[in-house]
Amino acid sequence: MFEQYVEKPARWLEADGAEAAVVVSSRVRLARNIAGHQYPDRADSDVHCRVKEFIQEALNSSGLLDEGTLYESETVSELDRSFLIERHLVSPEFMRAKTNRAIYISKDESVSIMINEEDHLRIQSFRSGLEIKSAMENAEKIDSELGEKLEYDYTNDFGFLTSCPTNIGTGLRASALIHLPGLVLTNEIDAVISQITKLGLAVRGFYGEGTDVLGNLFQISNQTTLGRNEEDIIGSLEEVSRQLIGHEDNARTTLIRDAGEEIKDKIWRAYGILKHARVLSSDEAMNLLSAVRLGVAMGILDMLPMRLVNEIMLLIQPAHLQKLINEQLSPSERDSKRAKLVRHKFADRTLE
Amino acid sequence: MKKLCEDCNEREAVIHLTQIIDNKKKVLNLCSRCAEKRGFHNPLKNVPFPLGDFLASMVVKAYPEGLDEDVQLTCSGCGLKFREFAQTGRVGCGKCYEAFRDQIDDLLRKVHGSNRHTGKLPSGSSEKMEPLKKQRRLQDELRQAVETEDFEHAAEIRDRIKELTADEH
Repeated sequence: MFEQYVEKPARWLEADGAEAAVVVSSRVRLARNIAGHQYPDRADSDVHCRVKEFIQEALNSSGLLDEGTLYESETVSELDRSFLIERHLVSPEFMRAKTNRAIYISKDESVSIMINEEDHLRIQSFRSGLEIKSAMENAEKIDSELGEKLEYDYTNDFGFLTSCPTNIGTGLRASALIHLPGLVLTNEIDAVISQITKLGLAVRGFYGEGTDVLGNLFQISNQTTLGRNEEDIIGSLEEVSRQLIGHEDNARTTLIRDAGEEIKDKIWRAYGILKHARVLSSDEAMNLLSAVRLGVAMGILDMLPMRLVNEIMLLIQPAHLQKLINEQLSPSERDSKRAKLVRHKFADRTLE
Repeated sequence: MKKLCEDCNEREAVIHLTQIIDNKKKVLNLCSRCAEKRGFHNPLKNVPFPLGDFLASMVVKAYPEGLDEDVQLTCSGCGLKFREFAQTGRVGCGKCYEAFRDQIDDLLRKVHGSNRHTGKLPSGSSEKMEPLKKQRRLQDELRQAVETEDFEHAAEIRDRIKELTADEH
């Protein structure tokens, strides 16, 4: 399953959006529930099925099923679940329970809709670069289309009702995946993160809640969903992202000015290792790719397209690697196959 | 097999750093405390947990009586007891928000800094939506009137909202 996605990178990794040198991608998620039905955690499988049917019908009559596919969770293997998580199409939480859930994925992967996760519906929209507004427009369009067919749980006081009171109101969680190697190298990252959290935004690792920082990639998102309207939430996240980009740009300028040779050396060495290594763990590869990504953004490795670096960051993840190679791998086999894949991907880029 | 920290030889090593020194690859296994002593750290370590994680404890704090066995606060929609809500921080259905309204109102103010929705309405045009839309329009008007200190107009709107909610019941 999902073979059509394996070889090509997800649309949000194309690096063709605004500020792609620092911001990898933007994402918006809307949580919705259908009135008169218990929420997934509390509901029994009859309710799950009914909810799923309602939503399926709405997807069908709104024409969304012509633009994508609905997968029942029962038909998705363990490996494919991890694969979808790595592509950010579903949450790790979504894949924990195996039955009565479904996932809709649009052909270009710019939209995914989780059915019966924590809420009946979670509409997600993805964009490359800093394009939160455009991601929001897309999510709202789908939300409106589905809202014409489905009666959402909504009150004027509390807005859209959700299983967890932290999502109530707009049900909106917007986030940007930002690459901050400059701030990490100049040791300014702690101060910057503490500033961001004071502004009411959350900071997380590459794969969301509770995950470690991998490859200097940080996810920032709004923390509150009630009392502010959608425009406000999106606007302040965008503004903070722009400030972050400014800080990161300054850090990069400082690095080049004060430690130009060392930075160039670090970047070229990272590229050298990636091009020639025979064994690469996922953590080591991510850290080296982070240095290479910085090199591309700063024009030091200008023969490499950014989208190639973004793509490799995704392809080296365990489930992607397994699907690409199409056989069960032990962790040590995985590390040598990963090195081979990275060598192959960088192979036709000749050194200056 | 669990590895012990190479610095203190006491605690379990949870951080494994790959270092290249003089072209030799070396893996350093450290516990988190010793890793920090050496200056390695996780930049997200001091970031507060996502709100959802400690929501349950906030619920308990907001309404400690709710945990008592003999408090029978229960949602008529799904049968969820307040006690269960306080344990998980998750409601069972939309009606829970009415059933536990007094407790949740306060909680929402603590979590979001507000307990009133100002964002968009559902797009649906069902019969049920019409009065909601009308009420919402009036609420927005009221907010504006209060902001511009046009209290006469505000009082007028408030009466109209009252009428509207009275019609519902």
